[in-house]
Amino acid sequence: MKSRVIHTGVILIWISCVISACQSENQKSIGLSGSGQVSYNFHIRPILSDKCFTCHGPDANKREANLRLDQEESAFKALEESPGKFALVKGDILNSEVYHRITSQDPSELMPPPNSNLSLNEQEITLIKTWIEQGAEYEPHWAFVKPEKKLPELTSDWAKNEIDLFIEAKLQSVELKPNPPAQPHELIKRASLDLTGLPPSLAILEKLANFEGEISYEKYLDYLLEQEAFGEKLAILWMDISRYADSYGYQDDNIRTQWPYRDWVIHAFNQNLPYDQFLTWQLAGDLLPHANKEQILATAFNRNHKYTEEGGVIDEEYRVEYVLDKTNTFSKGVLGITMECAQCHDHKYDPFSQKEYFELYAFFNNSPEKGYQGDVSISKPAKTPILWIEQEDTKDILSFINHPDTSKLSVSVMDELDGTEKRTTYILDRGLYDAPTMPVDPSTPAAIFEFPDQFEKNRLGLANWTTHPDNPLTARVFVNLIWQEIFGTGIVKSAGDFGMQGDLPSHPELLDWLAVDFMENGWDIKRLFKLILSSATYQQSAKIQKDHLKIDPDNTYLARSPRLRLPAENIQDLVLASSGLLHPEIGGPSVKPYQPAGIWESASSGRGELATYIQDSGKNLYRRGLYNFIKLTVPPPKAIIFDSSNRDRCEVGRGRTNTPLQALVMMNDPMILEASRVLASKLMTAESNPESAIENAFRRILCRKQTSKEKMLLTAYYEDQLARFENQPDQVFETLNVGEFPLREKDVNPKVAALMQVIVSLYNLEETITKI
Amino acid sequence: MEKEQLEQGLNHNRRKFLSKLSLGLGSAALGSLLIPDLFSGKDNSEEALMNALPHFAPKAKRVIYLFQNGAPSQLESFDYKPLLNSSYGLDLPESIRMGQRLTGMTSGQDKFPLVGSYFDFQQYGESRAWISSIFPHTAGIVDDICIVKSMHTEAINHDPALTFFQTGAQVGNRPSFGSWLSYGLGSENSNLPAFCVLLSRGKGNGQGVYSKLWSNGFLDATHQGVQFSNSEDPVLYLKDPKSMSRDERRKMLDQIAAMNDIQYQEFNDPSISAKIQQYEMAYRMQTAVPEITDVSKEPDSIIKLYGPDCLVPGTYAANCLLARKLSESGVRFVQLYHQGWDQHDNLPSQMAMQAKDVDQASAALITDLKQRGLLDETLVIWGGEFGRTNYCQGKIQQDNYGRDHHPRAFSIWMAGGGVKSGMVYGETDEFGYNITENPVHVHDFQATVLNLLGIDHERLTYKHLGRRYRLTDVSGKVVNDLIA
Repeated sequence: MKSRVIHTGVILIWISCVISACQSENQKSIGLSGSGQVSYNFHIRPILSDKCFTCHGPDANKREANLRLDQEESAFKALEESPGKFALVKGDILNSEVYHRITSQDPSELMPPPNSNLSLNEQEITLIKTWIEQGAEYEPHWAFVKPEKKLPELTSDWAKNEIDLFIEAKLQSVELKPNPPAQPHELIKRASLDLTGLPPSLAILEKLANFEGEISYEKYLDYLLEQEAFGEKLAILWMDISRYADSYGYQDDNIRTQWPYRDWVIHAFNQNLPYDQFLTWQLAGDLLPHANKEQILATAFNRNHKYTEEGGVIDEEYRVEYVLDKTNTFSKGVLGITMECAQCHDHKYDPFSQKEYFELYAFFNNSPEKGYQGDVSISKPAKTPILWIEQEDTKDILSFINHPDTSKLSVSVMDELDGTEKRTTYILDRGLYDAPTMPVDPSTPAAIFEFPDQFEKNRLGLANWTTHPDNPLTARVFVNLIWQEIFGTGIVKSAGDFGMQGDLPSHPELLDWLAVDFMENGWDIKRLFKLILSSATYQQSAKIQKDHLKIDPDNTYLARSPRLRLPAENIQDLVLASSGLLHPEIGGPSVKPYQPAGIWESASSGRGELATYIQDSGKNLYRRGLYNFIKLTVPPPKAIIFDSSNRDRCEVGRGRTNTPLQALVMMNDPMILEASRVLASKLMTAESNPESAIENAFRRILCRKQTSKEKMLLTAYYEDQLARFENQPDQVFETLNVGEFPLREKDVNPKVAALMQVIVSLYNLEETITKI
Repeated sequence: MEKEQLEQGLNHNRRKFLSKLSLGLGSAALGSLLIPDLFSGKDNSEEALMNALPHFAPKAKRVIYLFQNGAPSQLESFDYKPLLNSSYGLDLPESIRMGQRLTGMTSGQDKFPLVGSYFDFQQYGESRAWISSIFPHTAGIVDDICIVKSMHTEAINHDPALTFFQTGAQVGNRPSFGSWLSYGLGSENSNLPAFCVLLSRGKGNGQGVYSKLWSNGFLDATHQGVQFSNSEDPVLYLKDPKSMSRDERRKMLDQIAAMNDIQYQEFNDPSISAKIQQYEMAYRMQTAVPEITDVSKEPDSIIKLYGPDCLVPGTYAANCLLARKLSESGVRFVQLYHQGWDQHDNLPSQMAMQAKDVDQASAALITDLKQRGLLDETLVIWGGEFGRTNYCQGKIQQDNYGRDHHPRAFSIWMAGGGVKSGMVYGETDEFGYNITENPVHVHDFQATVLNLLGIDHERLTYKHLGRRYRLTDVSGKVVNDLIA
């Protein structure tokens, strides 16, 4: 016992060491004042949430000893099971039972109990001790407090806009300096990849001439934001969130036609539809006054989940499953919270009860959908309720839908039951469809922001609540997603969890400033992109300095621009664009490019339209990666190898792994070999000598000039390959004969084959598929 | 440190160095081939958990899971119920059914006529286990296996039931069994994935499989199952173009590495070096995988043991032989799926064909592992996602009937890897409808398999979006009775 009583002064010194150590190790403790003041939000709650709330948190059914530590009021009440004792006493560790329990040597007293497999380390115990000594002040959860704009007091020579003030202030606190600016050619490529997902063309590279001419970096950003490729690029993120796919996902996994929704998303981003409206239409477009077909189409957002076509399923079981999916997609993708934990029981960490879960669920529970439409072997491309798209619509309000033929299209969308047909929502015990308990009305979790009385209790009311300026989550979550798109990691790393167990923001004030600024400026998405890309933070070089790996290996503080491997779709885009093969058509039915044989067939039931993979030909082999057909049970293998979402559920971020399977794809994918061959033929014809052909290929693919050393290596490799093909002429045709793009007889020669090998090696460079 | 090492390696003896480095990392916790991002920081507590693996001495080192997709009937295989033959056509008593939910395929039937096995049963081996006549080879290894007749599950349809077996949850994008093991134990071979998947199609009514079943879920994508196909490319994109020799590939990789190295000098980004390593592993895989999948060097005795089908790529027999070779080479988890077990009708004829497809090779695998001294450390599992009803679906005839899905009781078998051999575990009532003794829930089964591998199922966790997930979700008890 004695050893546990340490002099407070020592503790304070120790704690400031702990804190600074945490900072240098880039852990969660951020934003702490130099005085050693422990913050509930930043230091204590993460510990309590992770180690204590399971039994002493929001879940009433699993609560032990009726002690609740997540709420200030109950934490200071007298303990029910130990009369006269208190869990927490402000400033008094000796009378705070919490402290005794976490330091007890008696396994039957020790908290967390040994059998929970959880334990507190010394740092955590010391933090809790100090917190109690400092008065055990509770704070509301940061993400549920309305954000405010507050700029750091800082004079900066470096900053180009407000973002940089926040970044620089934090860099100063960890003794890092921002990197020098990136080279103009790096910026040209970086911005192009971020805003369009495509590499800059040779023409652009030349026209911009390192921004020495009349086109400034700012004008370049405006130009990129006006490209239709912008909508295609951003749509990838939204397809992951809205779990878009081209099949139903169960059993025979038949084809569905939700792609007009995908075309709408591209269109909405390109029209710069404000984010609040973008959400409102998707959540409740059908309930808007005089809803038009575009607004109704947007509600397909709620219908992209899987549908069973398995004979013998129980209809209600699956209808409930679909409503759960809608609820979870909305809460994760839009609100950044993990409501689904409250599906079976009160949330263990966040202040959401199971009742509140089903109140939110109730908004989505009133559409005339069926769990099962009796459609084994008679699968239809959409399920009730359906939006019919006629030919005249595609010439009018739905002109963005790429559907040249005259047939009608059908899309699964939302509708609302009225009057006596209205469905009553019940709490489902353990989340089970056949265990309804008490009825509930639609509402939203009170801890986030009270549902205003004047809003209707339907999806439109939910949309209004979601986009209300007092909603503390919606704008924060979205600006964080965009930050993640650009910098690879969000300001809140757990982009889908802003709750108690989520990561704390690395730059809380910046996140708040961005969120408020975004709302104040009309939820303008393009403006948000331009703001971030205009910052000095964004325009830094990606070179890693010695300090960086030591102080900030994860690049949390952004003293450098990140180097990020491109998403699967954009790797395809880069290869096709740089080789000149890309067919830039926007939208339309998804396409089936080259795919290794037998993948669909070996996993299929053998029934239905998608039992065999019927590869496209012609221009559809060369579309952007966004348009690749996604069969849910067998998603495109290349995409999966490069960390894409399998679209089974709403996802808000992708991994960025590095595996040998990826190397195999880059080495042997016919798309890459064909692109190399086509580019080699083209350049051998257009350029006067192999050196300039290599130089040209290098510029197209790497978007910069080769260095002399690189030139030497590439030329030597070319010469080597030329000798190989001249000595073994039978290999020339064999090598060049890949892909369906016509191979001209005059191109069947050793020079083209040798250049093709050089280009394949260029596509295989790490730099090629990396945003730098 | 890493940087210096890498630099040194690149400048001096790159290839030698890389193979050394990759072995070092490959033996770490992560899936073999599969080097994590050098920057991927794991949660501290997770790290502690992982470092503690295995939690205790493992009995099994590897798993081969022979999944019988579609749900083979327990009543025509291992759960002998003569009462059903003598009660032919009688209605299932409500006292037995007890209002249990039925699928939409039979819930509309006004009668539930009982039907017994079309096939005869006999007792075999020292365990005197009852096995039906369509599994003669399995009967021959009966004293090497442990039959569990008291499995039960929560799902009543294929997709959720399969997903439940493989991921511990009926819905949701959770990591599959093999991914958990890749994450927890890694691989023993740095040239092969830790988790390999083999598919074969049976002759009966088929249910598709789906790649979600070997998905890494929220775990790092390095833990996803690698599907081996029966095409000329056993692993996707493995095969170089026809005209490219090994020397030419080597030359290109050297060229790529030299170019990458220039970038590394400029940016100092360790992920560039990691990329070079991945290309080296890909290169090694290109040799290792074809060697493994080539059965031409197997002796006649082995071909005879597995049956002539084992020479036909993509058959169940060929996959069993390949599974042995992969497992023998250190692959942690080999997952087979054999489709075609969904006998809603024409059960006698379809089931006989299905059994013929799998019986010899399944038994051969056990015999083969045993003769190589590998059975002790290799756990083999045979079974489907649920059982089938004791009453007939659709029109009933003595020699032709069908059975609907039945989650309440079904049979699987396990062998090797620390499981008791020559045992029959659990019992069902005389109708084969309810479990009367020693029920084993799917989570209990998963907990037991993990236990055999030296893993405490409650401590193999991964924190994702605020919650610590387990393969066994929130329940599961190790069935100690099954462990030798």
